[in-house]
Amino acid sequence: MKSIPVSTTINGDACEFLCTPDETLLDALRNRLGMTGAKEGCGTGDCGACSVTLNGRLVCSCLVLGVEAEGAEITTIEGMADGDELHPLQRHFIDHAALQCGVCTPGILVAAKALLEKNPEPSDEEVRYWLAGNLCRCTGYDKIIRAVQAAAAEMRGA
Amino acid sequence: MSLDEYRKREFKQVGQRVRRPDGVDKVTGRAMYGADATAPGMLVGRVLRSPHAHARIRSIDTSAAAALPGVKAVLTGADLPVQEDAFVRDVQDNCMAREKALYDGHAVAAVAAVDAATAKAALKLIKVDYEVLPHVTDVDVAIKPGAPVVQAGRTLENVPAGMSENVTSHCEFGHGDPAAGFARADHVVERHFRTAATHQGYIEPHAALASVTSDGKAELWCCTQGQFFVRTLCAAIMGMEASQLRVTASEIGGGFGGKTTVFIEPVALALSRKAGRPVKIVMNRDEVFRATGPTVHTSMDVKIGMTKDGRITAAEAHLRYSGGAFPCGTVDMGAQAAFAAYDLENVRTYGWNVMTNRPKEASYRAPGAPQAIYAVESVLDELCQHFRLDPIDVRLKNAARKGTKSSYGPTFPDIGLVATLEAAKRHPHYTAPLKPGQGRGISCGFWFNFGGNSCVSLNINTDGTVGVTEGNPDIGGSRASISLMAAEELGIPYERVRTIVADTSSLGYNDVTDGSRVTFAVGLATIKAAREAIRVMCGRAARIWGIDAEAVEWKDGAAVPAGPNAGKFPPMSLAEIAAVSFETGGPIAGHHEVNVDGAGVSFGVHIVDVEVDRETGATKVLRYTVFQDAGKAVHPSYVEGQMQGGAVQGIGWALNEEYIYGPDGRLQNPGFLDYRVPVASDLPMIDTVILEIPNPGHPYGVRGVGETGIVPPLAAISNAVSRSAGIRLSELPMSPPRVLKALGA
Repeated sequence: MKSIPVSTTINGDACEFLCTPDETLLDALRNRLGMTGAKEGCGTGDCGACSVTLNGRLVCSCLVLGVEAEGAEITTIEGMADGDELHPLQRHFIDHAALQCGVCTPGILVAAKALLEKNPEPSDEEVRYWLAGNLCRCTGYDKIIRAVQAAAAEMRGA
Repeated sequence: MSLDEYRKREFKQVGQRVRRPDGVDKVTGRAMYGADATAPGMLVGRVLRSPHAHARIRSIDTSAAAALPGVKAVLTGADLPVQEDAFVRDVQDNCMAREKALYDGHAVAAVAAVDAATAKAALKLIKVDYEVLPHVTDVDVAIKPGAPVVQAGRTLENVPAGMSENVTSHCEFGHGDPAAGFARADHVVERHFRTAATHQGYIEPHAALASVTSDGKAELWCCTQGQFFVRTLCAAIMGMEASQLRVTASEIGGGFGGKTTVFIEPVALALSRKAGRPVKIVMNRDEVFRATGPTVHTSMDVKIGMTKDGRITAAEAHLRYSGGAFPCGTVDMGAQAAFAAYDLENVRTYGWNVMTNRPKEASYRAPGAPQAIYAVESVLDELCQHFRLDPIDVRLKNAARKGTKSSYGPTFPDIGLVATLEAAKRHPHYTAPLKPGQGRGISCGFWFNFGGNSCVSLNINTDGTVGVTEGNPDIGGSRASISLMAAEELGIPYERVRTIVADTSSLGYNDVTDGSRVTFAVGLATIKAAREAIRVMCGRAARIWGIDAEAVEWKDGAAVPAGPNAGKFPPMSLAEIAAVSFETGGPIAGHHEVNVDGAGVSFGVHIVDVEVDRETGATKVLRYTVFQDAGKAVHPSYVEGQMQGGAVQGIGWALNEEYIYGPDGRLQNPGFLDYRVPVASDLPMIDTVILEIPNPGHPYGVRGVGETGIVPPLAAISNAVSRSAGIRLSELPMSPPRVLKALGA
């Protein structure tokens, strides 16, 4: 299958890559660009480990084709910290022990950031429903919910 | 260390909620998991899997696949050696079928090609000539004479006559005279139970990157709970010496027991050897469900007799477990764990392992215990309901204590069950009011815990920092716990210790990360390695001061003269000793190698409130509290995390998760959409209460905490459902259709 050139912006930087028409954005990120922060847990949009944003919208990158990224702005876990300064969500995930194995963590952080951008003061219930598409098998979610709420409070200046 | 000594100890580092050293890597996407590695000239490996539950492989024609441009190697079972050892043979035959495909998803061939598309195309060109055989996927069918035989000739001598050849082993535990005990009971309840197979459900699929070179050396990178055991198995399958195979464990994206063996690792190695290039295989989720270890599915009968004041007079369990298409010892652990929480005069458990055409079982968090204890705790609850007795009081009345002869043989040392039950009874959750339609359930849980082979090196760096080298993948914060224990013993800040997980060429053998053993056993080895380094440092200080080594002791991170007779010298800190180590005898290190015993059993008690929706049959978990004995919680946050994670896996098992096989013997739900693990919106917060009843077998009193948490939820929720909806289910999961059926809707 002949590859197609794609021009896009990833985490604020212009980026070009080649991919085949049937290649997912997740595979393009991981295999073409070496950005392995997004994980493939299922390949069917059920686990959320591959979460990224595409033009500001939270998506499972395993359900998006690489070619759909043409002209788009993508953010991934690799762009969440500002240089060596962690995003409050990242910091609170470490401080609240909200990760055990850590493989779902990139997707959950990307999803949680997207939530707080829409809703800076979510209820626990809203956090739980927003993150219902991100499976974590280690933590039972308790510490994840607490970490998201602690980060939200800090970001609100509370 | 005696318990008195333990109780006197004031911990400075252990017990602090420090930041884990791998935290930043894991929140920034930098941590390297199994699928994240690449190698120069790497090929993509893919596996062809049987679509049949049971079929003889008459022949495999790989010629068209091998001829496809871009295909560099094709592999079948015929390419691998015949193994003498039965255990290794089973592992190998599970990785690549030989004469028969034994379950839907069983690997039958593999290819390595220049890219994924070519590998996929090549799989379609492989022609397997199958003779489809009758299959059996249910334990109760497979146990009967006349059932299709999964594998012939695997039955051990101790299996009673009159059963199918699928029954591979039998076990029996207990003491006393159950018949006499039942005769003394005021009431006897006997019930039949079934539990579905569930999958560990780690989010990271198995991945392996293998590179075999023409000089006979090999490198293997994979996500595993035990790189040393992977080396043992792969070296045997590849016919290699262990020294020539270096296995590096990647960061691991969950395991729960499911990554304690090999599936694709030897296949990647064999393909790499054939192709002369590195080969990476990454499973997809469908393959994970169809071909890696779920837990056993079970059929059980439990009978308990009780006096009207709540004393158990006799208890009996018959357990029939199926670990899939190979012999499996999990039923032995179920039969030992079933009644472990209780001090019983008359108790007997019987177990049978039965083969079915399902994937080979892999360990899953307290393997074998959740099922048996679910049945026992359900019957116990029914007796409490019958006599209108408080469920915690009844359990306290019968609880195992120090000196109890356990139902599986050993006499218990200090254990934490009574303290845990008392904590549960005191907790506000237990007496909080319930609304109409809500129900509260409780259950005890138990796990043996394990110690095992452990090997740790601890290096004192010249700048006064410390490097710990251990050999167990960090599956939930163990680097932090190990660093904490090293810092505690040495008397230096946690931040000055860095713990790394070594590959198989850098350290002696370490057992798999299993049995909740790492914080306990590797922690013990770390503490003893630190003590060895302290001994060396005291010797160096003695040399500098010109006094006997015995006249120096270690206090608060420094060498000091032991008493006034030793002379007057200012304390020499670890950093000061390290800085001059090149002049006092060379680098300073401590190490410790041990096969650790004395793991210390672990008990837990869970309380759960639920509400059953009578219209949909769905059960909502409203409130949940976990009580567990941790011995000593080294990093309380990660102890809580184990308790919470275990509870939620148990909730999934109780309410939704199951392997569903169709009449064709094929798995009908091999994906996260249809195999439904709990999501955030299903759950409340999971409250935790850590008990600390020190384990005499560990210098700091630590017990493993990883597994016990999955044991109580099954019965706790079933007992809560019974009180919420007035229905007593005896089959897991209690999925909405089963609940509706029980409600007569």
